[in-house]
Amino acid sequence: MVLKYIEEYRDGTLARAIIKKIQAVSKKKLRLMEVCGTHTTSIFRHGIRSVLPECITLLSGPGCPVCVTAQKDIDAFVEFSRLDNVIVTTFGDLIKVPGSSSSLGKEKAAGADVRIVYSVFDAITIARENKEKEVVFCGVGFETTIPTIAGGILMGIQEKLDNFSIYSANKLTPPALAALMETDGVKIDGFILPGHVSVITGTNAYRDTFEKYNIPSVISGFEPIDILNTILLLIQQNEVGKPALENAYPRAVSDQGNEKAKLIMNQIFKVCNATWRGIGDIPLSGMSLKKEYEKFDAAIKFGMDMPDMPEPKGCACGEILMGLKTPEQCGLYKKKCTPMTPVGPCMVSSEGSCAAFYRYA
Amino acid sequence: MIEEKVLLDHGSGGKVSHSMFSDLILPLFENPELSKQDDGATLDIEGTKLAFSTDSYVVDPIFFPGGNIGDLAVNGTINDIAMCGANPKFISVGLIIEEGLPVKDLKKILETMAVAAKKAGVKIVTGDTKVVPKGKADKIFINTSGIGVIPPHIDVSGSNAKPGDKIIISGTIADHGIAILSSREGLKFDSEIKTDSAPLNGMVQSIIQSECDIHVLRDPTRGGLGTTLNEIALQSGVGMNINELSLPIRGAVQGTCELLGFDPLYIANEGKLIAFVPEKDSLKALEIIQQNEFGKDAVIIGEVTKKDPGRVFLQTRIGGKRVIDMLTGEQLPRIC
Repeated sequence: MVLKYIEEYRDGTLARAIIKKIQAVSKKKLRLMEVCGTHTTSIFRHGIRSVLPECITLLSGPGCPVCVTAQKDIDAFVEFSRLDNVIVTTFGDLIKVPGSSSSLGKEKAAGADVRIVYSVFDAITIARENKEKEVVFCGVGFETTIPTIAGGILMGIQEKLDNFSIYSANKLTPPALAALMETDGVKIDGFILPGHVSVITGTNAYRDTFEKYNIPSVISGFEPIDILNTILLLIQQNEVGKPALENAYPRAVSDQGNEKAKLIMNQIFKVCNATWRGIGDIPLSGMSLKKEYEKFDAAIKFGMDMPDMPEPKGCACGEILMGLKTPEQCGLYKKKCTPMTPVGPCMVSSEGSCAAFYRYA
Repeated sequence: MIEEKVLLDHGSGGKVSHSMFSDLILPLFENPELSKQDDGATLDIEGTKLAFSTDSYVVDPIFFPGGNIGDLAVNGTINDIAMCGANPKFISVGLIIEEGLPVKDLKKILETMAVAAKKAGVKIVTGDTKVVPKGKADKIFINTSGIGVIPPHIDVSGSNAKPGDKIIISGTIADHGIAILSSREGLKFDSEIKTDSAPLNGMVQSIIQSECDIHVLRDPTRGGLGTTLNEIALQSGVGMNINELSLPIRGAVQGTCELLGFDPLYIANEGKLIAFVPEKDSLKALEIIQQNEFGKDAVIIGEVTKKDPGRVFLQTRIGGKRVIDMLTGEQLPRIC
């Protein structure tokens, strides 16, 4: 399982050449936002911030699915785990996210049956093996994850599993970018667009947003050479004043994206309004199950409708996700809020910007 | 500890485990030997310096590529004692067995323990066996404890790192954790990665007998290399610079970590040590470690600095710099 591409895309000589170019062309003060949490982590892990000119500021955007999950959805997950005869299946990062009264991790320690899975198909296996129990899957993901969840529903139909359901807190990326651009005070000079999401959506998914706001936008891979190259392209676009939508990850991303994945996603799910933590309601930015698949909808099956709760006092996750604040500007950061005692989700998720700052900065 | 209930995180070996130790355990048992927080306690009994250590093993699954819970338990305690600068001689074994464990499995585990003890030159001299009802434990848990004599002139401790020391690692990192992961229920994948579980007392004896000046010896087990370096930086009040390019990682381990989003710096090792040696002795110590059968891939990975006490930095391949923090949160529960 040796992954050769790692060496090539982490090559020190190549990296230094790109860094030199960046230093040569960079004049203006720029604020570039990496939308995806995996980019945030990679930028920190490879020390990319430390090699950029001082006039370049990197902001971490709303691209970590756990970080943008609304308080009411976290509360719903906790509530499911408190029900008798229910097994809650979830991705590991969600376990510690505090809801308004508890977290899945705390409920697990108190005896709830909460199981970490690596994919929706693990949840299907658990449902198959525990027919006498109800299995609820916490659906938290972007375009990268939603097609596999749809695949899980298809499998559930095929196997006539009536003890399996999902709670969909799934979200779409392009509407969030547009919402960011519409928010007062937000100042972004370029988007480092997510690689994984774009594999599914394709470059075309960003055209409307790009044309409306005319903002430099480059799709990036996740290795240091990919990211440095993307930053160079964004700086060049800004310096010459010619914004463009570019794909700097062509080895994985096409214009159309993954048609098959999009087909499955749109077969099972429909676009709906969604609440983003810290940002609020964004029209047509979520995905819920279509009417004909309602029997797999845990919210309907269990009549789960949690009230919208205010986010923890002092938590600046929302402003951080929009690039209005850095984690260090949050009053709770490193004081009340640490990875051991997280207050907001950005400190919990391994891809959250506060956790990345805490760990690497 | 602010939680009302113990969470899996408390067993991670990272920050949360440390807070349980310093907030709950240490204040109740406070004594100079425990306060040193080394892998084992260093005791003075009528003029003889003894190393004494204990460890419990709850690894899941109990059989994994390259070993099982038995040799892991024997080697683990041998290494904890060796890291105090002692040569382990005698160990105890406590077995907690779940009702229903196949006797052939128990036999296989015990046979492996006997082989591991013999190979390392230690005797299993006392023990205990308990059986609990089905469901009250998971197959088998093993505790091992051991003692060894520390030569009078030897003083190795996590608090002895000095600015200028070179940091040597005895081989590739993260093998054990990834081997366990590859055999986990729900995440099985084909891989050639085996546990690195091995007794390191022979290697330690060669270093000690070489007259190299050794400041710190530590085996980076739970919490991985990243956490262990941080522990030493805090204990010694020094900073460290680690060079990413020099970190030895097998391609297959690196690939698995990339796919699953793990950082190899925080993945457990069970047959590796790190040694802090003054620069003048560092090449000699490196050579001695490389001559040992478990140290062929040993390299120098960085050095101790005066700057930034308590913090560990990584010089990345692309010429950047970032912090290596202690593990926060549990990457993989029940790894040993």
